[in-house]
Amino acid sequence: MEIHEVRAMLPGVFYRKPAPSDPNYKEEGDAVSKGDVIGLIEVMKSFHEVISDADGTIRAFKVENEDAIMPGQVLAEIEG
Amino acid sequence: MSLSKILIANRGEIAVRIIRAAKELGLKTVQVYSSADETSLAVQMADEAVEIGPPAAKKSYLDIDAVLKAARETGADAIHPGYGFLAENAEFADAVAAAGITFVGPSGDVIRRMGDKASARQAATEAGVPTVPGSQGVIDDLNEACRLAENIGFPVMIKATAGGGGRGIRIANSAGEFMALAPQASSEAEAAFGDGGLYLEKVIERARHIEVQILGDGENFIHCYERECSLQRRRQKVWEEAPSAALSSDVRERLCASAVALAAAVRYKGAGTIEYLYDDASGDYYFIEMNTRIQVEHPVTESITGIDLLAEMIAVAGGQPLSVRQEDVTYRGHAIEVRINAEDPAANFMPFPGVVGDLRIPGGPGVRFDHMLYQGYQIPPFYDSLLGKLIVSADSREKAIIRLKRAICELGLDGLKTTAPLFKALAEAPDVLSGDVHTKWLEPWLEANSDKLSSQ
Repeated sequence: MEIHEVRAMLPGVFYRKPAPSDPNYKEEGDAVSKGDVIGLIEVMKSFHEVISDADGTIRAFKVENEDAIMPGQVLAEIEG
Repeated sequence: MSLSKILIANRGEIAVRIIRAAKELGLKTVQVYSSADETSLAVQMADEAVEIGPPAAKKSYLDIDAVLKAARETGADAIHPGYGFLAENAEFADAVAAAGITFVGPSGDVIRRMGDKASARQAATEAGVPTVPGSQGVIDDLNEACRLAENIGFPVMIKATAGGGGRGIRIANSAGEFMALAPQASSEAEAAFGDGGLYLEKVIERARHIEVQILGDGENFIHCYERECSLQRRRQKVWEEAPSAALSSDVRERLCASAVALAAAVRYKGAGTIEYLYDDASGDYYFIEMNTRIQVEHPVTESITGIDLLAEMIAVAGGQPLSVRQEDVTYRGHAIEVRINAEDPAANFMPFPGVVGDLRIPGGPGVRFDHMLYQGYQIPPFYDSLLGKLIVSADSREKAIIRLKRAICELGLDGLKTTAPLFKALAEAPDVLSGDVHTKWLEPWLEANSDKLSSQ
């Protein structure tokens, strides 16, 4: 089993869902494929998708919804 | 009543501007800040600073209780809301007044009346100000609204009465489209603003955005001439100037007088802006909305009239009458403001926060730079991308554009990508030089001129 880390490419605020009233993109334990959206980063009022760059299962999110994040910070771990 | 200590419920370049005005008036200043803004220029410049919450604006700059608590703890007797955040929040204005503190701006009731687009339109009509042909007030019946749209003539714009930032807007080209799009616009507005109310407006195909700066003290109401802000990207202004080169002096006088009539009708107190669409072809102008606050582009008006709008706002809030009468307001020359944003114009205006490296501020005659920068400052990624505003003024529009180009070349801002290259290119664009622009001009120009937008 290999652990793959999804890291933030931008500074800003991390969101796990597309809008406050929507469900999360992915839950821990969900299967993901390369290219799946797993979250959003808001930087200076513009939104950018966080894409999984590995196939596998989400082992854990390392930041909470609406947490402030810095570039390079680990957002999620994918087990594949 | 005279004020002694003012709390600034905002951040960035406008907080710096308010602190400067307050200090010149002899007031003590209190800057509130989120934990992301501890190192900001405004926090360093203010006499006192109070942290009011985490980076997310809704937990800090939009938290009414946290702002009021900071005001009580520091003994501030006035609150200036700046622009954005709580500036046009009527509940905030009410809460400040209820706490026995002076709100630098109009009352909650005036904000409520002029902030709701349908009731503002009604107020304009009652004051004899032309509005874009459309519905009177909120649409109740869809079929009736559709008949009205047919009378006005398609295309028509369906707008959310609580709207802002372009959300809840649809353009219908036919009755069929109207019946399909109106329910969508309503549910989008309901989700975004908690109010699904809609109204209708005729689409003016090729219009300039022209706005009139007004000041009122509740008894006297004056205008400080107009600004033109036709260069917009995604409904955001990027370049503003005063006066508008498109207006004849006759139209200018009528337009400005209509703005004063509206300000007087609501017994306005503070600084405000009345926005219009201007149709070059017919010479007609139409009220679109009122902003009950200071605006980003206020310095161009200050540059041509010599009036300190922030100082007037604060003095009026403190109970003093306006320091100028209408007959004393004159303008001279031409001023242009461009917005220096932390965005990369060569990469579709992608935000580019970072650490400010070597910093060279432009200077010389007719140059003003209102900003929040210093060398080593880490730009926080949580707020909008406006870093500062470069304002130039000269005897004529032609000379102001030459001066703008010179000042942009002097500006050095290492470590970030900014919109500066955009303005260098715009200052050389033939349509900009001749003033032949409208609100839909910039976006196609950006697509056709992307090669000119990189910082070499």
